[in-house]
Amino acid sequence: MSAPGTRTPEEKRPRPARPAGRKADTTKVLAIPKGRTGAARILLGRDAVMIYVLIVVVLYASLTIPRFASPVTVGFLLLDVIPTLLIALPMTLVIISGEIDLSVASIAGLTSALMGVLWQGGMPIALVLVLCLLAGLVAGAFNGVLIAYLGLPSLAVTIGTLALFRGLALVVIGDNAVANFPPGLTSFFTSKIGGTGIPTVMIGVVVLVIAFAVVLHFTPFGRGLFALGYSREAATFVGIDVARSKFLLYLATGTVSALAGIYWTLRYSSARSDNASGLELAVIAAVLLGGVSIFGGKGSIPGVLAGVLLIGTINYALKLDRVSEVVLIIVTGSLLIISVVAPNIASAIREARHARRVRTAPLP
Amino acid sequence: MSLDGTVGAPAHPAPGHERSSVLASLLKLRELPVILALVLLVAVTAALNPLFLSEQGIKDLLLNATILMILAVGQTLVIITRNIDLSVGSILGLVAFGTGSMFAAAPDLPIVVVFVLGMLLGAALGAFNGLLITIAKVPALVITLGTLYIFRGINNAWAGGTQYFAGDRPQAFGDLSVDTFLGFPLITLIAVGVVAVVAVYMFGTRQGRDLYAIGSDPDAARLFGIPVTRRVLLAFVVNGLLAGLAGVLYASRFNSVGATTGAGLELDVVAAAVVGGVAIFGGSGTVLGAAIGALLLTTITSALTALRVDKFWQQAIVGVLILAAVVIDRIASVRSARKLRIAEARNV
Repeated sequence: MSAPGTRTPEEKRPRPARPAGRKADTTKVLAIPKGRTGAARILLGRDAVMIYVLIVVVLYASLTIPRFASPVTVGFLLLDVIPTLLIALPMTLVIISGEIDLSVASIAGLTSALMGVLWQGGMPIALVLVLCLLAGLVAGAFNGVLIAYLGLPSLAVTIGTLALFRGLALVVIGDNAVANFPPGLTSFFTSKIGGTGIPTVMIGVVVLVIAFAVVLHFTPFGRGLFALGYSREAATFVGIDVARSKFLLYLATGTVSALAGIYWTLRYSSARSDNASGLELAVIAAVLLGGVSIFGGKGSIPGVLAGVLLIGTINYALKLDRVSEVVLIIVTGSLLIISVVAPNIASAIREARHARRVRTAPLP
Repeated sequence: MSLDGTVGAPAHPAPGHERSSVLASLLKLRELPVILALVLLVAVTAALNPLFLSEQGIKDLLLNATILMILAVGQTLVIITRNIDLSVGSILGLVAFGTGSMFAAAPDLPIVVVFVLGMLLGAALGAFNGLLITIAKVPALVITLGTLYIFRGINNAWAGGTQYFAGDRPQAFGDLSVDTFLGFPLITLIAVGVVAVVAVYMFGTRQGRDLYAIGSDPDAARLFGIPVTRRVLLAFVVNGLLAGLAGVLYASRFNSVGATTGAGLELDVVAAAVVGGVAIFGGSGTVLGAAIGALLLTTITSALTALRVDKFWQQAIVGVLILAAVVIDRIASVRSARKLRIAEARNV
C-alpha cells in the first residue's frame, strides 16, 4: 500500500490496520526481544544511525580529499546548506503531522521578488525585511486556512499555491533582477565568525533549530503533532485542536520560507522571481532521508539535521573531489530510496526469520 | 473511502432516483467544470481576438497541449490507484535525449522503431518505479522523488553538454509535428488516440475498473481478490510507456533536447490531472478530464498572448485554477457524501 503523501481526514484510519497481509505482527512480541530501552534506544535508533553515517562521511572526506577539512570548506558548505536547513525545520513538523507543503520554494521566491521591488522603490531596508516576513506569514496563512479550516488535501492545495506564489513573484518583479542591496547587509550575510569559517548567520539558524527541536520534542503542542500524524481521531479524542495546530504549522512554514527567501536574496545579492525554484523537492528529500515518515507520526529534528547536512556534505565533497555534478543528483536520489527501502527489507528479513523459527519450534 | 463523487455507478441508487435524465447525469459529470472553463476561456479570447481561432491558432493550441495531455493520461492511471509519479519529467527527458542519440547513431533508423524503442525505455523506467513501490511497499511519493533525481542524473551523465538539434534528425521525423491530417496535427491525433484507448480501458474493462477499486480502498480491493500489486505495477509501466511516447514526440516537436529536457514538468502534469478533476487520493477521476485539464493549462498561455495580457500573470492564473479545481472537488465530495448518508438512512 502506498498512498501519496498525506491523507484526508476521512481516509485516515488507525495505523495497525494498514500493513495488510502482515499477520505475523501480532506474534512478533513473543519471540523477538522487546523494543530497545534506555541508552541502547538512543544509540541504535534511526537518528543515531544517520548521525553515524554523517560522521563517517565527514571523516572519510576529510581524510581523502585534501582541501575538505578547512575553514573555507566549512563556510561554503554551511552557506549552501542554510536555505534547505531552514525550510526543512517547519517541513519536518508539517510532514510529522501528516501533511505536506510543496509551496515553500515559491514563498521564498515571492519574498525575494517583493524584497527587490520594495528596496528599489526606496523603502528603508528594515521595513522591507519586516514586510517580506509578513508576506511569508500571509502566504502561510493562506495555505493554512485552505488546509486546516476548509479541510482540503494539502498535496493538491500546495501544488496550486506553488504555481500561484511563483506566479505572483513574476507579477511583482517580472524579468527584472534587483542587485544593489546595502553592501553592509550582504557582506554580513556571507561573513564568518573569526577564523572558524562558520557563517555568522549560522548563529541565528542554530537558534531556530533549537527552537523547533524544543517545540517538537518537549512541548505538548509538538507531542500532539506526532499524535496528529499517527491518528487524527485519537488526536482529537485527547483534546488536540487539530485545525489550529495545522494552521500554526503552515504559518511557521510560510514565515521560515520567507526567511530563507531573504537569506537567498542577500547571500547572492540578487532578487529574482525564480530564486530558490525547485528547492521544495530538495527539502522534502532531505527531510525524508532524515527519517521522517511520509505518512506522518514519525521523525525528529536531530535526524533531519543529520539528513540535511549529509546531503550537503556529500554534494560538496564530490564537488571538491571533481566528481562531475551529474553524479550528485544520482547519489541524492539513491540515498533517498535506500533510506526508505532498507528498513522495509530489514524488517521483511526479520519477519521471515521469525516465521521460520516459529515453524521449526517444537510444540509446547 | 470514496465518498467523493466517484465516476463508477453508485452502489445503490435510492428508489425514486432512477429517473435521472441525460441532462442530470451530464450535470453530475466531474469533467463539467473544466470543460466549462475551457469553453469560456476560448470563447472570450476568440471574441476579443478573432485570430485566436484561426486555423493556425487552433493548430497551435492542440500542438502545445499534446505532450502534457499524454503525460496527464498516464499520471491519471497512477493517481487513481492512490499513487503518484513525480519522475515523469525525468523519464521524458531521458527518452527525448535517447531519441536524439538514436538518430545521431543511426540516421536511417525507421521512425516506427524509434517510437517502439523510446516507449520500451519509458516502460522499463516505469517498471523500475513500480517494482520498487510494490515489492518494497514504500510510498510512491518517496520512491518517485528519488527516481526523479536518479533518472535526471543518468540523463545528465549521458548527455553531459551534448544537445541534439532539429538538424540532427531525419526530416520525416520532424515533420510529424508539422504535418496535419484533415487539419489536425499528426502528433495531436496520436495523443487523442492515446486518450481514447486508455479511456475505453478504464471504463470498459474489468482491469480498468479494478484501478478505481484499488484507489478507493486498497485493503478492501485486496480482500475482494483484486491482484493489487499487479495492477499498480501495470499502472506504473503504462505511465512510463506514455512518458516515453511523450519523450519521442518532444524530440520531434521541439528544436533541441539535452540534459535538462523535461525538468520541472512533474508538477505541471499532476496539476493538469488535478484541474481535470482527478482526486489526488485516488479512486476517482477520468483520463478524459485530465486530458482536458492539460489542454486548459496550455491554452491559458496562448489566450493571454492573444489578449495581450502581461505574460507574467500566466502562472498565477494556473495556480488559481488548480485551487478552484480542488475546492470544486471538495464541494462535490461533501455533497455526494451527504446524499449517500440520506440514501442509506432511507434504505434502513
